[in-house]
Amino acid sequence: MLLGPSLAVSAVLFTIGVTGVLVRRNAIVIFMCVELMLNAVNLTFVAFAQRLGVAGQIFVFFVMAVAAAEAAVGLAIILAIYRHRETVDLGNINLLKG
Amino acid sequence: MAWLTGHLTVLVFWAFAGVAIVSAAMCVTRRNPVASALWLVVTLFQLAGLFVVLDAQFLAVLQVLVYAGAIMVLFLFVIMLLNLGQGGPHDFKGVIGLGVGAVLAVLLLLQLSVLRHLEPPAAIALPPGTMAAQQAHDGLVGTVARPLFDAYLVPFEITSLLLLAAIVGAVVLAMRKL
Repeated sequence: MLLGPSLAVSAVLFTIGVTGVLVRRNAIVIFMCVELMLNAVNLTFVAFAQRLGVAGQIFVFFVMAVAAAEAAVGLAIILAIYRHRETVDLGNINLLKG
Repeated sequence: MAWLTGHLTVLVFWAFAGVAIVSAAMCVTRRNPVASALWLVVTLFQLAGLFVVLDAQFLAVLQVLVYAGAIMVLFLFVIMLLNLGQGGPHDFKGVIGLGVGAVLAVLLLLQLSVLRHLEPPAAIALPPGTMAAQQAHDGLVGTVARPLFDAYLVPFEITSLLLLAAIVGAVVLAMRKL
């Protein structure tokens, strides 16, 4: 019933998340935008689960577990980088730049 | 009565969706990382509301507990630990970066806009109300728990391995310098 509107909202949220990743330099804010994108996809899963069976909701579980693991490891990386470079500005972190 | 309930559902859906989109936009545009994080919490709560509208009540509870609770506390904790309370002067990219970002975002939105007209094939789509009936029969948690511990048992167990790897990885990364 609400499948089309849900997918539209999800597309808008995903695009906002992508925009955040593209225009921000603060590593933590970029990380939060990635979480926003994961949540937009979760909304898609739930919307489809209403029409295609409960498997979509199960996948949201797994996405949440991956998001939690990703947040823990990613924030640990940001902490390690901050201790080394005293910044989380991605413009200054250019160790791999050719 | 059913007509009224249907319209009310759509109204509630768009209320949650509108606030979610506005607060997501605020999250991306705020210079202060703490403000960004708090706007993201608002978005996550609205998504929990949308999950309820879409017959996923248990996931809505998990959304509030795991995302708005645990993960966002982790973010705020790191922001506090690194003393990033105020945004720096270079938080946004320059004019060229902003322009490229805007163009790519519009392009992506155009590509994703076809999703609006997507309909699952009639052969595999369940009749409307199937999910609600199943929840009335099995209970809100049982609807999700039964397949999770039956057909999806192996992925569920592998998830525990993933979490273990994440714990070990986080500890190792936090201990040594990069």
